[in-house]
Amino acid sequence: MQILGLSKRDSTFLLIVIALTLLTPILIQPFPVGSGLNTFNAGYPDLMQKIAIFGIFAIGFNILFGLTGYLSFGHAAFLGIGSYSTVWMYKLLDYNVLWGLPLAIIVSGLFALVIGFISLRRSGIYFSILTLAFAQMMYNLAYSVLTPITNGETGLQVYESDPQVLLGANEPSSPHLFGIVMRENFWTPKIGGWEFTFNNGYYFTAIIAIIVFYLSLRIFRSPFGLMLRAIKTNQTRLNYTGINTRPYTLAAFVISGMYAGLAGGLLAAMDPLAGAERMQWTASGEVVLMVILGGAGTLMGPVLGAAFIKYLENIFSKINDSVLHGWFAWMPDGLEDFLIGVSHFFVGKSWHLTSGLMFMLVVIFLPGGLVEGGQRIKALFKKKRTSGDDGAGTEAQPTAAE
Amino acid sequence: MDAIILQILNGLDKGSAYALIALGLTLIFGTLGVVNFAHGALFMIGAFVAVTLQRIFNLSTEHVDPTKTDFLGNPLKVKVPYVESWFGPEVGAALIDWSVPIAIVLAIPVMLLVGFVMERGLIKHFYKRPHADQILVTFGLAIVLQELVKYFFGANPIQTGAPDAFSGSMDFGVLLGFDPNTIMYPYWRLVYFLFAAIVIGGVFAFLQFTTFGMVVRAGMADRETVGLLGINIDKRFTIMFGLAAAVAGVAGVMYTPILAPNYHMGMDFLVLSFVVVVVGGMGSLPGAVAAGFLLGILQSFASMNEIKSLIPGIDQVIIYLVAILILLTRPRGLLGRAGVMEE
Repeated sequence: MQILGLSKRDSTFLLIVIALTLLTPILIQPFPVGSGLNTFNAGYPDLMQKIAIFGIFAIGFNILFGLTGYLSFGHAAFLGIGSYSTVWMYKLLDYNVLWGLPLAIIVSGLFALVIGFISLRRSGIYFSILTLAFAQMMYNLAYSVLTPITNGETGLQVYESDPQVLLGANEPSSPHLFGIVMRENFWTPKIGGWEFTFNNGYYFTAIIAIIVFYLSLRIFRSPFGLMLRAIKTNQTRLNYTGINTRPYTLAAFVISGMYAGLAGGLLAAMDPLAGAERMQWTASGEVVLMVILGGAGTLMGPVLGAAFIKYLENIFSKINDSVLHGWFAWMPDGLEDFLIGVSHFFVGKSWHLTSGLMFMLVVIFLPGGLVEGGQRIKALFKKKRTSGDDGAGTEAQPTAAE
Repeated sequence: MDAIILQILNGLDKGSAYALIALGLTLIFGTLGVVNFAHGALFMIGAFVAVTLQRIFNLSTEHVDPTKTDFLGNPLKVKVPYVESWFGPEVGAALIDWSVPIAIVLAIPVMLLVGFVMERGLIKHFYKRPHADQILVTFGLAIVLQELVKYFFGANPIQTGAPDAFSGSMDFGVLLGFDPNTIMYPYWRLVYFLFAAIVIGGVFAFLQFTTFGMVVRAGMADRETVGLLGINIDKRFTIMFGLAAAVAGVAGVMYTPILAPNYHMGMDFLVLSFVVVVVGGMGSLPGAVAAGFLLGILQSFASMNEIKSLIPGIDQVIIYLVAILILLTRPRGLLGRAGVMEE
């Protein structure tokens, strides 16, 4: 079966991804609400939406970093620009996200074009520093001089006094798409002890995520994607064969900037706010983390990385003393206190320590990220099985996730 | 005129900090070829060595002084730091007062150790990996170190004072023949600048005039040939890593009276220091020092009101703007060598 001009394997892969995305509210809510494992449930709209949004951000970043190898440390700037554009559309027109999102993509694309044009004159660490410098400049300006546009430290938000020229009489007063309010749930079934939340905003984000995932799949399989990989492998040789690589890298940079802008716009669709802290370089670092953790240059990796980090961030920072006491209550007192003391390093407010350690371990032992980890495990099982049959160890087939 | 001198002076102390951190960064890059994103964290650890020492000195016993009473009429509890009860009140008080400079003595071995452990334990395995991997793993390490510090010392900045002898400001203008009170400059900033000058001079002299330094410089120029001559260059480079860590550490120790240390100061300085290194030219020691002072002074000029009213927001972006301009016009930075970091 082939769909949308994809090969058979890719079609199956895309269908699996679509199924996983649409079933997320069930999949990440595996435990009954009343049980002790409720802490590990993540099926609430806010988190799911964040996972989808940062998934989009990471997919876009991967087109630049994963394919061409150019490590940008300034992509959060585009995220911020996307948020600001969308909130401005709320202020000027109305809360319909239809106006804001395209504008977010266009504006961040334009910024990416200018910044990319300048930064891509250099490669390696110089490129990283140039993008970092641009992003930090924009972050600092957003906080200081550009306050009329960005509302400085308060963050941009919609006020009663804003024009909102398209605002109808009974239009919802939060982001919506033609009356479908983002923050409302359309179905909250309760089956036994389980509760699931089906949220408008999540499904809106999820459908967009599926579309942009499909686009990135097409880019990966296209001659353009092949050229980007060639740039990562050996740019000098490409130059010697008479190919000007600049247009290709610039295109990749602009595409990833537009993805980041879209993600920023969606953040504003989740919550009609935009703040400069979204543009800080640590935010750029976070998306690098996601892509590396999942597996740079793979299709599924960035999404997995984004989901993994956002999930753990939420769960780990939720675990507090009373939760820990609940877990370790069956142990002898001394041991219990000791374990709680140790856990303190990693949970609650110290969650960043866990993420930093995890990240280091992945870079050291698993440069290909979670996707490589999965492949290694798969290869291990395959080897065991085949050696039991006839000893003909088949080479591990490259999976569609690559 | 006096305003200009004041801005130059103001730029010096920040420039000194940039120069010291950038010196270590570029030293590590020049010797080991590693891009170390955890260098800012070393600066921060140095600052927290000073905080720790101050806390140790302030550890006190509490006993009831029957001769005095508090405002409720109860016997007053008096806290006496251990150092005062051991060494006598005068020496003890002086130790507490001078805890920041004394912390240097503690910081040097601590930072050397941290540097050695970092290099042998982690960085060593990343020589052959791409620069992106080095950036990423040291970035992760920086996060871990900063979170550990946050865990033990909390998220708020911790005030750490300079010794009383240096707490005031000096009237610098009088020395140059201006009216009194036109150019006031805090003593400690002057101390910091002199300290930075001594450390930088020391590092240069060490590399220039000792046999060890000569071998290291030879290794920076052509590592393979030095290895073929039967010299264990790796061992020397490890020592240089420790040295760079110690430079960053003492820079952090001495900076605590200027900026109350908090857990993210390392990251804040790291970004700027990297810009400094790149502007100076990767792997160039004089370049790093020159660019550090240049950017520090430019930044303080840009924050003058006259210039801010001319170009709004310039104080926020000047460093990055200069970095972009220099990188686009002089691809190797101010004093960079050819063939460094060029894929």
